[in-house]
Amino acid sequence: MSKETKIVTVEGITKESTEAMIKEVQAAFPEKARKKRGPHLGANNQGVAGACVQSNRKTVPGVMSARGCAFAGAKGVVWGPISDMVHVSHGPVGCGWYSWGTRRNLQSGVNGVTSFGMQFTSDFQEKDIVYGGDKKLKALLHEARGLFPLAKGFSVLSECPVGLIGDDINSAAKQVAQELDMPVVPCNCEGFRGVSQSLGHHISNDSIRDYVLGTRRFQEESTPYDIALIGDYNIGGDAWASKQLLEEIGLNVKSIWTGDGQLEKIAASHTVKLNLIHCYRSMNYICRVMEEKFDIPWMEFNFFGPTKIRQSLRAIAERFDDKIKENVEKVIAKYDPMMQAVVDEYRPRLEGKKVMLYVGGLRPRHTVGAYEDLGMVVVGSGYEFAHGDDYERTAAVVPDATVIYDDVNEFELEEFVNRLQPDLVGSGIKEKYVFQKMGIPFRQMHSWDYSGPYHGYQGFPIFARDIDMAVNSPVWNLVKSPF
Amino acid sequence: MRQIAIYGKGGIGKSTTTQNTVAGLASIGKKVMIVGCDPKADSTRLILHAKAQNTVMDLVRELGTVEDLELGDVMKVGYGDVKCVESGGPEPGVGCAGRGVITAINFLEENGAYTPDLDFVFYDVLGDVVCGGFAMPIREGKAEEIYIVTSGEMMAMYAANNISKGILKYATSGKVRLGGLICNARKTDKEYELISELARRLGTQMIHFVPRDNQVQRAELRRMTVIEYSPEHKQAEEYRTLAKKIAENKMLVVPTPLEMEELEDLLMEFGIMEVEDESVVGVAEKAA
Repeated sequence: MSKETKIVTVEGITKESTEAMIKEVQAAFPEKARKKRGPHLGANNQGVAGACVQSNRKTVPGVMSARGCAFAGAKGVVWGPISDMVHVSHGPVGCGWYSWGTRRNLQSGVNGVTSFGMQFTSDFQEKDIVYGGDKKLKALLHEARGLFPLAKGFSVLSECPVGLIGDDINSAAKQVAQELDMPVVPCNCEGFRGVSQSLGHHISNDSIRDYVLGTRRFQEESTPYDIALIGDYNIGGDAWASKQLLEEIGLNVKSIWTGDGQLEKIAASHTVKLNLIHCYRSMNYICRVMEEKFDIPWMEFNFFGPTKIRQSLRAIAERFDDKIKENVEKVIAKYDPMMQAVVDEYRPRLEGKKVMLYVGGLRPRHTVGAYEDLGMVVVGSGYEFAHGDDYERTAAVVPDATVIYDDVNEFELEEFVNRLQPDLVGSGIKEKYVFQKMGIPFRQMHSWDYSGPYHGYQGFPIFARDIDMAVNSPVWNLVKSPF
Repeated sequence: MRQIAIYGKGGIGKSTTTQNTVAGLASIGKKVMIVGCDPKADSTRLILHAKAQNTVMDLVRELGTVEDLELGDVMKVGYGDVKCVESGGPEPGVGCAGRGVITAINFLEENGAYTPDLDFVFYDVLGDVVCGGFAMPIREGKAEEIYIVTSGEMMAMYAANNISKGILKYATSGKVRLGGLICNARKTDKEYELISELARRLGTQMIHFVPRDNQVQRAELRRMTVIEYSPEHKQAEEYRTLAKKIAENKMLVVPTPLEMEELEDLLMEFGIMEVEDESVVGVAEKAA
C-alpha cells in the first residue's frame, strides 16, 4: 500500500449510488437478516486505509453462502497440495472423496489431470462412531505406510464426527509416529468449527508449527538468497511460474508452501532469509511464527499482471543486494516488451470492460491490477472468508465508491450483477452457471477455470487470452437470456 | 402396546426394579420386551440368567455393518417369555454411546422387533438424559410413559427433578408423559413422606414404595428376579403390586419440575438439610 493512494473513480458510480443500490437489494430481506447483513456490504473508501465492511462473522441462516468449512480450509487449501504426504480424511467417506482432486503436482513425475495425490479415508461406519475410530486410524496409518512407500509423512484431518465423539487423534498420531518413525500430524479441523474455511487455515498453520516446522535441515549450505514461497498453492501451475521468476532474479526458492510442496523442505524452512507470502489470509499465521521464533522477515507481493509484477520484483529486490537489484532490472527489461505485446493484442478488445469479483484468499484485491493492465475496470469485489486486515488491504486497490461485499449470498450477488451489468464475473463454480444463464461471461476464478498459470510473466499471456475468450466469445450474442 | 421408559440416577436400582417389575407383569400373563439402553448391558441378566447378553452394537462391530445383523442374533427369550435386547456400546471414555442406542433402536424397528402381540416394551436407560441418544427411547413413536426410580437421598431426588425437566422438554413437543416416581427405598428418614411430597410437587404420584429387602440381593446373586427365585416372598409381592399398578396406571402427566431453591426448601422442610446457613457454605470441616 503506498502512502498516497491515487483515487480512481468509475463513471456512473458514486458513494451515493452504491449505497442506494445496497439499500434497494437489502430491502428484500427480513429485518433481522437485513440488520446482520448490512455491515457486510459497503461502498469502498479508497482514500482511507480501513475496512469498509464487517467480516469473519457467522453466515446468516437461510441464505445461500459460497463458504466452505474448516475441514475444507485444512485439507483443500493448506495440507492437500503437499504432494509427498498421505492425507487422511478421518471420518465418513464423503469429505475424503470430494477433496480427492487436489492442486497440480509432480508427485508421480508428470503433470496431468490424472495426477492425484496420496489420499486415504477412514470411511467411518456406525460402529466407528459408537466405539470410536482411534484403533481404525492406527491400523490405516500402518496400511497406508505399506501402500505408499514413498510417502514422507501423514496428515490426519478430522471430519465433524471425530470432534463430536471426542476421538483423541492426537494421541493416536503420536503413537503411530513413533511406531513408523515418520511424521504423523494430527489436525483438529472439524468442519463445524469456526464460521468459514478460514479457521481451517489457522488450525493447519498451527499444526505445521507444532509438528513440522524446524524438524529438518537443508543439506546444502545456506545462502543470502534463500527464500520460502508461502501461500502459493500451485493453482493451475502458479507456484511453478512464480518459482521460475524468483529464480530468474537470482533467489533460491528453498520451499513452497504448499503448492506441489515437499514436507521435508517445508520442515526446513526455518533457515531461509525471507518469506515471500502470496496468500496472506491463509498463511500469515506461520509467517508471524517464523518472524517471532526464527527472526525471518516476511513480505507480501503480487505477481498478477506486468504492473504489479514490476512493483513487486523491485520491492523484493530492496531486501537484497545489488546483484539481485540488477537482475530484477534485467528481467523487467527482458519481459516488458513481451508483456506490452500481450497488452497491445488484447487491450483494444477489453478496454473499459467491467468486472465483478467474488472469490477467496487474496484474489479480490491481487488480481485487480492484471485486469487494469488489460484496460478493464473492477466495479465490485468481495471475499468469502476474509478478515478485517484483508479488507484494509483492499481499500486502496479497488476503485473508489465501488461496492464491496463480504460473504455475499446468492441473492445479493445476483442483484448487484443485475444492476451493475458487468462484462465479466469472476467467481466460483457455485456461481458460474447462474451468471452464464443470465448471459454474462464468467470465469471460475478459484482454479482459473482449470486453466493457468496466471502468475508471473508466464501467467499473464494466459490470463489475457482467457479473459478475452470469455468476454468476447461470439456465443453471448447468440444467447437470449429470458431473465 | 405400551412403551415405557425407566430413568433414574445411576446406581439407584433401575435395572433391578425394571426386571422385577417386568417379571411381575409376565407372571400375570403379559407379553413384555426389555430394551437395555446402557453400554454396561446389565438390563436383562436377571431375566436371562446370563452374565451378559450379546449386544446389538457388539455384533455390529463384529460383523462390520448393521445390515449384516439378524434379529435372532440379538434377541433372547428369558423368564416368562420376556424378550430381551441390549443396545450395548463402547467402554467409558471412547466413541459415542448415545449413537449406539439410536443405532440399536433403529435396528429393532426396521427388523420388526415390535410385534403386535407385545403388551409392554420397557426401555432401561442409563442414568440421565445426557444427550440425544439417551432421549431416543422417548422420541416420537417410542415410549410415551416414563417412570423415574428414586430414593429419599438428596442426589437421587435431584436427579429425578432433572429428568423431569428433560421430560417437560419432550412433553411439550410430543406425547411423552410422566407416569410416576418409583421409590426404591434406602431407609432414609421420612422417605415415604418425602417422595410422596416430591411426587405431588412434580404433579405426579409415587406409584409405589418398594421397601428395602435383602431378598433382592439373594436373588441377584443367582442372576434371578425375586419373583422367579422366591415367588412367595413378601418382596415378590411388592414387585407384583408395582407391576399391577403400572398396568392399571391412568395418571400420565406433564411434570412441573422444581426450581433448585424449591427442592432445597423441601429437603429442609423434612429436616434432610439444615436450615440455610450461608456461613457454612464452602467451609471445610477442619477450618470450621
